[in-house]
Amino acid sequence: MATSPSQTLPAQAPKSLFQKLELDMRLLGMIGAFIVLCIGFDIITEGRFLTPRNVFNLSIQTVSVAIMACGMVFVIVTRHIDLSVGALLATCSAIMAMTQTQILPYTLDMGLNHPATWIITIVVGLIAGTLIGAFHGFLVGYLTIPAFIVTLGGFLIWRNVAWYLTGGQTIGPLDANFIKLGGTNGTLGESTSWALGIVLTAAALWALWSARQARARHGFSVKPMWAQAVLSGITAVAILGFVAVLNAYEIPQRRLERMFEARGEVMPEGLTGVGYGLPFSVLILIVVAIVLTVVARRTRLGRYIFATGGNPDAAELSGINTRLLTVKVFALMGFLCALSAVVASARLSNHSNDIGTLDELRVIAAAVIGGTALSGGIGTIYGAILGALIMQALQSGMAMVGVDAPFQNIVVGLVLVLAVFIDILYRKKLGA
Amino acid sequence: MVDRSGTPLVEMQNISISFGGIKAVDDVSVDLYPGEVHGLLGHNGAGKSTLIKVLSGAYHKNGGQIRIDGKPVEINNPRDARANNIETIYQTLALADNLDATSNLFLGREMVTPMGLVNDAAMEAECRKIMGQLNPNFQKFHEPVSALSGGQRQSVAIARAVYFNARILIMDEPTAALGPHETQMVADLIQKLKAQGIGIFLIDHDVHAVMELCDRASVMKNGQLVGTVDIPDVTDDDLLSMIILGKKPASAA
Repeated sequence: MATSPSQTLPAQAPKSLFQKLELDMRLLGMIGAFIVLCIGFDIITEGRFLTPRNVFNLSIQTVSVAIMACGMVFVIVTRHIDLSVGALLATCSAIMAMTQTQILPYTLDMGLNHPATWIITIVVGLIAGTLIGAFHGFLVGYLTIPAFIVTLGGFLIWRNVAWYLTGGQTIGPLDANFIKLGGTNGTLGESTSWALGIVLTAAALWALWSARQARARHGFSVKPMWAQAVLSGITAVAILGFVAVLNAYEIPQRRLERMFEARGEVMPEGLTGVGYGLPFSVLILIVVAIVLTVVARRTRLGRYIFATGGNPDAAELSGINTRLLTVKVFALMGFLCALSAVVASARLSNHSNDIGTLDELRVIAAAVIGGTALSGGIGTIYGAILGALIMQALQSGMAMVGVDAPFQNIVVGLVLVLAVFIDILYRKKLGA
Repeated sequence: MVDRSGTPLVEMQNISISFGGIKAVDDVSVDLYPGEVHGLLGHNGAGKSTLIKVLSGAYHKNGGQIRIDGKPVEINNPRDARANNIETIYQTLALADNLDATSNLFLGREMVTPMGLVNDAAMEAECRKIMGQLNPNFQKFHEPVSALSGGQRQSVAIARAVYFNARILIMDEPTAALGPHETQMVADLIQKLKAQGIGIFLIDHDVHAVMELCDRASVMKNGQLVGTVDIPDVTDDDLLSMIILGKKPASAA
């Protein structure tokens, strides 16, 4: 949402600093709230909150909910809801757990920790999630059953399908390669993380620059050069700073020794201070975020999703197949639930019967705190991820401070309601 | 005068639609020639909007046939209508309020880059071009259309209908929400489009507007066609009595 009026207006109101930067005020508000939250917890915990170790943990704890929140944005934007994501995550996790610990090693006789196990497992899980999601979408789009009901039913069904598939048992340990996708067990290491950070920075700067060029080519107003430079600078510092922090979290010495042993190598003498770097799970989230942002802003599918949310009748009259669109949106949601199931079960290195419990509420809350309007048509991917981060920071910060468990949930609930109230006030002020 | 010797642009023959046993449109036939403005009049609920939504693909007919250039066509959804160069300006405008003017103009027909991504800059340039012709005062290209005035919204809806080389244009009460200045703008536009050989179905409540803008008018009452008259042959009162009493005036053949 650009805030600048057209350049041909004769009398231009003087622009504020933020308008010159063409930044989304809402996004700034959320980032501000997040920073205040982090610094606040850091002061209360006397510097324990903003350590590399805690930032690392916070990142890998957020991934599962954040991935699903990205899909939930599209679901809510099209004026639907999905109450079944936590249960669907459990079913996908159960299917994948059985695939990698029972079917592949024993039924198909591939043995434990076969090198192909992890990828076959993930493909099976993603297909299952996508199909279930598409089925939800079919019920909503073509049979016109309200999404609330379909997914409320799904919530009960998939939670208990997961239970049935595993007999209620905790299934583990999972495949050795599979659990690398969970967080601590699989990271890029320092140098690859730096390389990726630089690539991402370059890509982000190129994207900012080419957007500017495209506007300039058609003779539209562009933000001043210094504003472009400031924005680019902030982007670069944010990306590279994040990589630096993750690299600064050092792998414990004994763990490092075990890693060398596992590879059949001897750890070089005096090797210390090896950083974890970017976890694979966070990398997955980054990829999901980039792909879905491109989908939302630069593809017809995304345009149709937002148009349908803004005015379903208009979308239909414009020749958009809104029924098929509903199927696609729910199929995507199912796919992302399966992806979250990979990350969540790999992080725990087993499938437990209660995996993903209450995730539907966290996911919806993350999307809503991130500015997705339940009335449809409005929402951003980065907002949902920030929303998930804020919730996770709040929760783990309170745990570190030693707030009692019931109060933690009470606070999260209050924050959700308050965030939506602030959003309503903000939109009223904007008249949008 | 409109030349009505050739093949009609559109023929809607014996169209019927029922909703739950109620015949909203009952065996109605109307046609439209190139460069003609054909008014559709009638009370609320007379069936004129319903009839026209068959042509725009929003409703399914239960009976009858549609011919374009003399050839029978099947219009099952709005996509089919667009494929036949039929464009509609709906009474509700059918705009996605959360999107900007450009996105609405190209909704369902986005310009894409070679990579298949939507080309916003190119679309905005096109949007500025067409809006410059239709409504030179229009400047809010980056705001969602919910932030626009009634007249501005109307011009976005009109731009969408005329941008894509429509041959058949359906206007459902295009001036209902407009002030006098904008109403005149629409009237001028209709004359311009007419001169280009576009056929226009104009649905309106206002008998004076129909007398002024249309070449022919069809009046509907209770889902049935009262009659079709040449505007030069009738008076305001003739049209009013057709609408109210459902009687065809003796003066018109």
